[in-house]
Amino acid sequence: MKIAIKLAYRNLTGAGLRTWLNVLVLSFSFVVILFMKGVMSGWDLQAKTDMTQWEIAGGQYWHQLYDPFDPFTLSDSHAPIPPQLSDELAAGDMVPLLITQGSIYPQGRLQSVLIKGIPAKQSLLKLPTHRLDTVTDAYPAIIGAMMARNLKLEIGQYVTIRWRDVNGTFDAHDILITDIFSSNVPSAEAGQIYLPLETLQEMLSLSGQATILTFRDEKKERPAVEGFTLKTKETLTASIDEMLKTKEVGQGILYLILLLLAMLAIFDTQVLSIFKRQKEIGTYIALGYTRGQVVGLFTVEGALHSVLAALVGALYGTPLLWWVAKNGWAMPIDTSEFGVPIAQTLYPVFSLGLVVSTTLLVVLITTIVSYWPSRKIAKMNPTEALRGKIQ
Amino acid sequence: MEKPVISIRHLVKKFPAGKGEFTALKGIDLEFNTGEFAGLIGPSGSGKTTLLNIIGSLDAPSTGEALVLGNSIGQLSAKEAARLRKHSLGFIFQSYNLLAVHTVYENVEFPLLLLDYSASERKKMVLEALEWVGLTNKIDSRPPKLSGGECQRVAIARAMVKKPSLVLADEPTANLDADNSHHILKTMETLNRELKTTFLFATHDEKVIGYLRRKIFLKDGRVDKDEWVK
Repeated sequence: MKIAIKLAYRNLTGAGLRTWLNVLVLSFSFVVILFMKGVMSGWDLQAKTDMTQWEIAGGQYWHQLYDPFDPFTLSDSHAPIPPQLSDELAAGDMVPLLITQGSIYPQGRLQSVLIKGIPAKQSLLKLPTHRLDTVTDAYPAIIGAMMARNLKLEIGQYVTIRWRDVNGTFDAHDILITDIFSSNVPSAEAGQIYLPLETLQEMLSLSGQATILTFRDEKKERPAVEGFTLKTKETLTASIDEMLKTKEVGQGILYLILLLLAMLAIFDTQVLSIFKRQKEIGTYIALGYTRGQVVGLFTVEGALHSVLAALVGALYGTPLLWWVAKNGWAMPIDTSEFGVPIAQTLYPVFSLGLVVSTTLLVVLITTIVSYWPSRKIAKMNPTEALRGKIQ
Repeated sequence: MEKPVISIRHLVKKFPAGKGEFTALKGIDLEFNTGEFAGLIGPSGSGKTTLLNIIGSLDAPSTGEALVLGNSIGQLSAKEAARLRKHSLGFIFQSYNLLAVHTVYENVEFPLLLLDYSASERKKMVLEALEWVGLTNKIDSRPPKLSGGECQRVAIARAMVKKPSLVLADEPTANLDADNSHHILKTMETLNRELKTTFLFATHDEKVIGYLRRKIFLKDGRVDKDEWVK
C-alpha cells in the first residue's frame, strides 16, 4: 500500500496539467458541496435561533382550544393565567399572550389580522415591546416589517382596528404604529399586530386571561397546567425540521449532480489511462507487480485525486468559506415572500463534522469510481499490454 | 553439476486464431546455464518473443515444461510468477518501456521499491547501476528528454539494479543506431562478465548477433540451429 501511494503520487505529479485539471474540478465540487451543506446548517441554526428569540423562547403553554391554523378557535382560546405560574411571571421568566382576530383598515381597505396582546415590559422575546409603553390617544401598536411593507404602513401612522369582544360585540379604535421590527420569522410578523396586554384584555373584557404562555427555561420540568397544553421547544421547531428536510431533497439533487461531475472527471481519466497506459501496465507486471497490485495502484491514483482536491480545495476554499461564514450570503430576492423563516442574509455554518464527513464521502466515492474501470486491468494479457496492442 | 538456469522440455505454445489455433512454438528443448550470453535469433513470427515471454513468466506454455530458476512456469500462480519476476528476472524491451512521468532515478529505483529495500540502500544501488551505464549525470531527467540510447541504458540499469539471475532482452537495439547499439551491447557484455548474470536476447539484429556467445536460430517455432561461439 505504501509503495502504491508513493508510485501513485509520482504518477500524478508527473502527469502535470492533466492531473491538476481533474483536481481543480474535484476541488470545486468539494467546495460547492461544503458551501451548500454549510448554508443548510446555517439556515437550520438561524431559523431555530430566530424563532426561539422572537417567538417561542424555551417553550410554550397553549390554551387547550388554541389552534393556530383555525382562526375560529380564537374566540374561545383564552383562560385565566394559572396562579401556579405567578412566580415565573413575576420574575419575567414567563410572558402571557392574548390572541384574538380582528381587522384593520389601512387606506380604507379591510385586512384581517391577528391581534396579540403582550406585556410591554417583557424581555423574554426579542420583540421591541418597550415601544408599546407609551401614552397616546390611540392604542400603541408594533408590527413586523413584512406586514408594514405589504400594507404600506409606517411608524407614526394611525390605522383603525376592529374586533369583537368576549360577548361578540363589534368595537373599533385607532391604533398608532409605534415601531416596525424585522425578525426573519414570518409567523411572528405576517398579518399580526402587537398591542399592550392590558389594553387587549380591556378591549376583549378578558382581564387576567391569556392564550399562550411563553417560558424562558426549556430544561425545567414543567407541570401539567389545567386548561393549557405544554408545547416543548422541539415540538414548536418541528415544522422547521420538516421544511429543511424538504429543502434537502432539492439540495440532494444538486449535490448529486456535483458529485457526478467530479466522478465523471475521475472515471473518464481512469478509462483513458487504462487505454493509454497499457505499456506501463505491462511494464509494472514485468517488473514484478501482480495484476491485482496494478489495479490497486490505479485505484489509489484515482483516490489520490480526491485527496489532492481536498488539499487544493482547502487552499482556496478555507478563506472563501470563512469569508462567507463571517459576512453571510445575501439572498438575491426578498426572502420574506417565501413564507419560511429565512434571513435576508444567511450565515453558513461549517462544522468540523461537516467538513470531515463530506471529505470522507467524496474520497470514498472517488475510490469506488477509480476502482470500477481499473478492474479491466485484471483481465489484460501482460504480453499484449507490453506491446500496447489491446483495443 | 550446476543446475541449469533455464530448462525447456518439449515446449509447445498455441494461440487461438479465428476459429482455430496457431502454434507459435512446436516442441522446443533448450537449456541455459549461469553466465550465458545467448540469443534467440530468427525472423518475425519465428517464436522468439513468445519463448522469451514464457521464460519471463509473462505467458505460460500450452504443453511441455519450462523450468526457470527451478520454477515450473506452467505451474506458477499469478502471485508466484510475479514473485519470480520481482526477485530474479530483469527485462529489457525494444521500446524501453520506461515510466515517462518518472525521473531516471525513479525508473531505476522502481524494482527496488517492490523489493522493500530501505531508502539508503536504494540510493546506493541506483547510483551504482547508473554508474554501470554511465548516466549518473542524468538522474533527474525524465525519459522524454533523453535520446534513444540513453533510454535503453536506463532500461538496462533498471533491469540490472537488483542484480537478477537472468536478464531477458527483447530486440534491445532495434530502435538504436549502430554507435548506441554497440555501446549498449558492450555495457551488457561487461555486466554479464562481472556479475555472472545470464543474458538471453530475442533478436534478428546482426549487431547483437555479433556479441552473442551462443546463437539459437529459431524457424517456424522450432530450434533450427544451436551454435556456440568459441
